[in-house]
Amino acid sequence: CMTPAKDQFQEELVIRPLHSGDIYASFQFRTLWDTDFLQEGQKKVSHYRLFPKSLGQVLSKFSVQELHISFTQGFWRTMQWGQPFIPSPPGAELWVWFHHTVSDVDGNWKELTNVLSGIFCASLNFIDMTNTVQPSASFKPLGLGNATDHRFLRYATLPREIVCTENLTPWKKLLPCGSKAGLAVLMKSEKLFHSSFHSQAVHIRPICQDEQCTSKAWELRQTLNVVFDHYTSGQGKKEWSLFKMFSRTLTEACPLASSSKVYVDITDNPELFELSPATPLLSQAVVLGDRRTYSVYDLTRAETFGQLRSFNLLLRWKGDNMLRPLLHAERYVAGFGLQTGEIHTVIYNNHPYRAFPVLLMDSVPWYLQLYIHTLTVTSKSRDNKPSYIHYQPAKDRHRPHLLEMLIQLPPHSMTEVTVQFERALLKWTEYTPDPNHGFYVGSSVISALVPSMVAMSTNFTQDQPLFSSFVPVKEESSYFVRVYTEPLLVNLPTPDFSMPYNVICLTCTVVAVGYGSFYNLLTRTFQVDEPSPPLAKRLANFIRRIRGVPLLA
Amino acid sequence: TDYNDLYCLFTLVQFTKAGQFFSSGHTNNWAVLVCTSRFWFNYRHVANTLSVYRSVKRLGIPDSHIVLMLADDMACNYRNPKPATVFSHKNMELNVYGDDVEVDYRGYEVTVENFLRVLTGRLPPSTPRSKRLLSDDRSNILIYLTGHGGNGFLKFQDSEEISNMELADAFEQMWQKRRYNELLFIIDTCQGASMYERFYSPNLMALASSQVGEDSLSHQPDLAIGVHLMDKYTFYLLEFLEEVHPASQANMNDLFKVCPQSQCVSTPGHRTDLFQRDPGSVLITDFFGSVRKVEITKDTINLTSPVEPPIQRSGSGDIQIESLTYVDQLPVAEIIHQKPKQKDWHPPDGFILGLWTLILLVFFQTYGIKHLKHIF
Repeated sequence: CMTPAKDQFQEELVIRPLHSGDIYASFQFRTLWDTDFLQEGQKKVSHYRLFPKSLGQVLSKFSVQELHISFTQGFWRTMQWGQPFIPSPPGAELWVWFHHTVSDVDGNWKELTNVLSGIFCASLNFIDMTNTVQPSASFKPLGLGNATDHRFLRYATLPREIVCTENLTPWKKLLPCGSKAGLAVLMKSEKLFHSSFHSQAVHIRPICQDEQCTSKAWELRQTLNVVFDHYTSGQGKKEWSLFKMFSRTLTEACPLASSSKVYVDITDNPELFELSPATPLLSQAVVLGDRRTYSVYDLTRAETFGQLRSFNLLLRWKGDNMLRPLLHAERYVAGFGLQTGEIHTVIYNNHPYRAFPVLLMDSVPWYLQLYIHTLTVTSKSRDNKPSYIHYQPAKDRHRPHLLEMLIQLPPHSMTEVTVQFERALLKWTEYTPDPNHGFYVGSSVISALVPSMVAMSTNFTQDQPLFSSFVPVKEESSYFVRVYTEPLLVNLPTPDFSMPYNVICLTCTVVAVGYGSFYNLLTRTFQVDEPSPPLAKRLANFIRRIRGVPLLA
Repeated sequence: TDYNDLYCLFTLVQFTKAGQFFSSGHTNNWAVLVCTSRFWFNYRHVANTLSVYRSVKRLGIPDSHIVLMLADDMACNYRNPKPATVFSHKNMELNVYGDDVEVDYRGYEVTVENFLRVLTGRLPPSTPRSKRLLSDDRSNILIYLTGHGGNGFLKFQDSEEISNMELADAFEQMWQKRRYNELLFIIDTCQGASMYERFYSPNLMALASSQVGEDSLSHQPDLAIGVHLMDKYTFYLLEFLEEVHPASQANMNDLFKVCPQSQCVSTPGHRTDLFQRDPGSVLITDFFGSVRKVEITKDTINLTSPVEPPIQRSGSGDIQIESLTYVDQLPVAEIIHQKPKQKDWHPPDGFILGLWTLILLVFFQTYGIKHLKHIF
């Protein structure tokens, strides 16, 4: 009997007060498991302890090397809130790296999306070949791997997908403690969805077991990012507490967790806000190119909870400050009418003196027919030729457009990418039941290595907080960031759906009246019809017939 | 004549056999709850379906045995002033959406085709379990439909309809495939009774909120939310079901009395002629609840000590020679010098083939075959 592989669970909550008075809470739950689903020759994994069985079976059945799925409601406003720890586009996004032994990647992808739609109660079965792309340079694996043949990568988004309690419920059920103990008790849907931004994600990837990195461990990260608006949830006052945010306080850590911590970003303390209860435990971490200081509350220690056996944080704002992120992007549709239009993507580089390259990936559905000869990239009103372009044109009803470009952004500049398109007329059965709402185009993805103000640490240590160890760091001078633009909502020319009925009625009327009259004229004969004689005459005629005498008129 | 007698005897024998067969009961319960309306002003249809869902869950049917289809999202709709909630009573007394809901078919997935596929079981092989109706010949199924309907049809999402004949045929398919033991069909739409007029399979009992020619009315609006919250029939049905608990002995005759015309304005109807048993002997929990066999024991059982402390992860046991590395997220130099993928060669098709055929035809026409030897 094999000894079960070792597994470990850590949970963490990071609270970051934002400059606008809103508050950003990021939950991360990580399960590490020292086993390999994909190793040949090893017996099938059957003993699951902390790792959820439903996901483990999916990984081994479809030979998945990396899986990233996120459900987001709302759009992340980079200009007001800075950079998120884990970025995600509005709607649902799924990208998967399959193992290099898979022979039919498309078949596995189709079945995987159906299985995931059952697990997460989402309409992921709408992901098919018309909205799946195979990026050639973006979305490199975030976990271990040496083969980066992009034939095994699939990426799809559903910008229209709604996130609600029915998606949160199965997500919470994947946690070892469920929503009964630990940080997950704070997840009450009535508060979480009454927010400006809500994103829940599952990230599965193989990582190094230790510093020598000689063997793999599987990491499952479940992240939930939420931004509470101080106007709608806070009644306009710039004062936050755990109870106000989640309508609950913390009473215990998850008993299955080896570490359970709450971090509060106090870099701007004491000028910007004050925090109570104070704690002597401080930690410094370099995250997103900046050195931040955090107050740490360890929930596995009983003294954190105090005498009331409940832990509640209180933050009170004092001043205002503006934020200037180094990279952010916008996208919008220009033009008028229902025939043509133009997509503009604007990327801002706010670094005062450094230029850096960004990789822009656009996946446009086939019914917006792009004219790539009208593609222009301008920076500071001068043409900026991309150093790498990969374009795969769309095939009607089969495959979307894929455009990937590596653009060098000059320092302190605005770069604009424009491309014209024409709207297609769909077949009348292809329209959704509410076509006048419009059709969504997924967000563009901008991947970049942004120069960092502070040296990033390339060492992989076990004790690093989860929020700073998501993306592997290769060099110290820059950090990797992914920015998503807004999704677009475009109106396609919509037919009048009552027209088939109208046409049938009209045609039948015309045929009946026109052809019918013509037919009658040709084939109808008129006969004089004598009115039937009165009874007396009929009787007289009858008697005359018997007698053989000629009848009356 | 002899044949007549034989025939009568034969049917009598069959009937008693069938009677015995059907009084032997069911072993599991399923529910298919469908809301067919889209758009914010049809909030009440989603609230109707969710209140039946809530009652059915409360009385014991688990999520794995419930197929819930909601055509639009009201709870997290941007027009909902209280997100993640769907209320059934005004002044926001009862949140029927709850904290533990699992919707199987949502949004554009609620179509006539998907509904009929769920009922008949003809789903594509990759459909997950939670989206299937895995009933057998011992299952009691509750089917609840709500939305906008008319005389003989029910409208799905304002773009297609299901007719009463299609529904009757679907139930006949279910009967022939032995997919149900007994089926209770409840419909809350205008002219709902027209939907069960055409049923012809055995063991079906149907209830509707209004007769042919009558409209079903909505109950009460909530001024804060701005829409009508529930329909009258389902509102009183919910009130009735809130009194029912898993051990209750209430039977179908009580259900037929829910919402008389004085409360509902429309006349609820029901149909029991296809049902083998007497409605007075059918318990509400036969359809709304779930069969559970409970064994009561008076002995105390000592539980083992709670959770053992988590196993500490030590260093790796495997010894591999080369160490693994993470991939560079944005290898600029590599990307710029990336060679384009070798595309597989496909034979020319369509337009190109036609064009070349035309060119060759014109060529041979002009020059003729016999002149070719001079050229080559």
